[in-house]
Amino acid sequence: MMSPGSGISLDPWFDNYADRAEGLSASEVRALFAVASRPEVVSLAGGMPFVAALPFDKVRSSVDRVLSEAGATALQYGSGQGLPALRERILEIMALEGIRAGVDEVVVTTGSQQGLDLIAKLFINPGDAILAESPSYVGAMGVFRSYQARVEHVAMDEHGMIPEALVERIESLSAASVPMKFLYLIPNFHNPAGVTLSAQRRLEILDIAKAHNILVVEDNPYGLLWFDTPPPQAIRSVDDSGVIYLGSFSKTFAPGLRVGWVVAPHGIREKLVLASEAAILSPSSFSQMVLSDYFEHHDWKAQIDTFRGVYHERRDAMAQALAATLPTVSHTMPEGGFYLWLTLPEGLDSKEMLPRAITELVAYTPGTAFFANGEGHRHLRLAFCYPNPDFITEGVKRLAKVITEEIELVATFGPSTSPVRLGANLDSPPPEVS
Amino acid sequence: MAAQPSVLVLSGGISHERDISLKSGRKVADGLAAHGLTVTLRDPDAGLIAYLHEEKPDVVWPVLHGASGEDGALRGLLDMLGIAYVGSNADAARLAWNKPAAKALVERVGVATPDSITLTRDAFRELGAESVLATVSESLGVALVVKPAQGGSAQGVSWVESTDDLRKAMVHAFTYADSVVIEKRIVGTEVCVPIIDTGDGPRAIPPVEIEPLSGHYDFEARYTAGATRFYTPARLDAAVVATVTDHALLAFSALGLRHLARIDFMVDSEGTPWFLEASTMPGLTETSSTALALDAAGFDVGGVYAALVESAKASPS
Repeated sequence: MMSPGSGISLDPWFDNYADRAEGLSASEVRALFAVASRPEVVSLAGGMPFVAALPFDKVRSSVDRVLSEAGATALQYGSGQGLPALRERILEIMALEGIRAGVDEVVVTTGSQQGLDLIAKLFINPGDAILAESPSYVGAMGVFRSYQARVEHVAMDEHGMIPEALVERIESLSAASVPMKFLYLIPNFHNPAGVTLSAQRRLEILDIAKAHNILVVEDNPYGLLWFDTPPPQAIRSVDDSGVIYLGSFSKTFAPGLRVGWVVAPHGIREKLVLASEAAILSPSSFSQMVLSDYFEHHDWKAQIDTFRGVYHERRDAMAQALAATLPTVSHTMPEGGFYLWLTLPEGLDSKEMLPRAITELVAYTPGTAFFANGEGHRHLRLAFCYPNPDFITEGVKRLAKVITEEIELVATFGPSTSPVRLGANLDSPPPEVS
Repeated sequence: MAAQPSVLVLSGGISHERDISLKSGRKVADGLAAHGLTVTLRDPDAGLIAYLHEEKPDVVWPVLHGASGEDGALRGLLDMLGIAYVGSNADAARLAWNKPAAKALVERVGVATPDSITLTRDAFRELGAESVLATVSESLGVALVVKPAQGGSAQGVSWVESTDDLRKAMVHAFTYADSVVIEKRIVGTEVCVPIIDTGDGPRAIPPVEIEPLSGHYDFEARYTAGATRFYTPARLDAAVVATVTDHALLAFSALGLRHLARIDFMVDSEGTPWFLEASTMPGLTETSSTALALDAAGFDVGGVYAALVESAKASPS
């Protein structure tokens, strides 16, 4: 605290923060999500996987085996690149999506979020442009912003990013001499939009990126969680020199273990390992060994099938509830993953509407969370991954009431757009929110 | 030596201010525990009443902000159960919670409060927004503060400079509550006066002057450490400070408050303190002005909390 004469600051270092800390402040919207953890509230806000579907007895047997057979190793520092045994398992998983790679090409990270952070750290200088879908993953934009990148959104439709829009954006940035460091894509069951990039567009976009010498970062946490048919093969499966691939065990196993991975071209990979060692020394040996043991001793593919079934049923429940209660509201129909993207009637603002939703005991994530440029007011993301179908139905019913009241309010006062605050993840729930 | 009372600190709840309440509750519990009290921290839920019957805490401290915490409902139930609690009784809490009612009561004892009007959604539906807002602007001007009639932490509050701002501010406030106070904006120095009563009469803590760096003491300014500069004592003439303090005590008394409250004022250039609102369970987080004021005035904050518990135990409402 400073002396009373100059006033008291509750953070005496307030003026010392780096520019990149701008926006890391309290948020009225974010504070509302605290209510989502109450049992009365149906939270369609967060993206918590339904880990209760895991066979805990089998997980426990893996934990026990790791501790009894290799406890001293599991609780010790490990390799900065990750344990070779787990990296071998990761190759098996990626093979399901057409990716061929060697064990040494994989870098294990503390969740794929750390992989994103490392990539951003390696490539982004302040002011560099990162190309991303419109909308894009809030956690990625938070990372990009923290390295002072400018996120340039590229329009998408029900088939994912529109190649022509990408070309247009690249050309305009080139004309303005803005360095473009990479193109960030979530091709499968997009978060938040719920759409999947078509096979043809994958190739077109890759060609465009190559033609303009732009690296592609392919973030694929949901690819194995398809409902009826698998998505097209990974972009990395057709190009191993211009694509960095991010994978994760958070959705196919459990986020609590915090294990993800990066597959990157050789030169980038070497730097990723050094950067990761500088940041965290090594990813958790314990988590990696538990995962490795589980994948060795148990039927992990059957477990992924279980998750698919759970999420498929919940997607159906949400779609049916929306059709029954909000027939005039349009939304995407995801073929996998966790999220459905709503477009509200003209004049409505999902961020402005959130307090009313909390009053009605339902939570969602406002669309503004997924744009770096202040857009998204007319959209919201609904997550169907965590609540059971009955809760989803009830939550959508409550949401319908909220939207109806908001329509009435806008009819009274006219449309109102909530103030835009760009910076950190101010409009999104914290990770522990269901 | 008498045994230290057992205290149940309630924090969280399902109001819009849950996040703040959780933080306040933790600070209160820590402060009480540091003074040797047996403290249990709990979120009020469907099992609460059974818990109270079973555990029979000596005192409950509902560190709950927003509806059900400050609207008097929970306190009324505690009265029915015969359980002592820290804070104002149900009726007083209900009055203070309702901003227009509190303004009217405080005005009756000679404390100025900005001109205002309280409007419901139904009024706008029936009379039409355009004509109602035009009338309001003609009467109160366009420099206004719009706030939900109930609620705290500046949630839903807007500072208005134009008719278009006013329309947007109404939408914002109505998402938090069904009635809204439109108040003439007083330009001046914002101060808050914590008042404590540990059994020997209400005592005003020296006012804290609030200077948000953004210009408005909004949610971000309240809960981002460093985003607001506090001055204690406030940079006001001694006579003005005395008036503010007196008026805070008048408001405390007029509203029938007890134990702990925070009274907020805007002091204009003439030195007139304008009552804005009273909080019967002010924020007690690391960035809250009440704890800061107690600390700056030389109080042991945890000691004050313990004394409030003792007072509640000694004289239940």
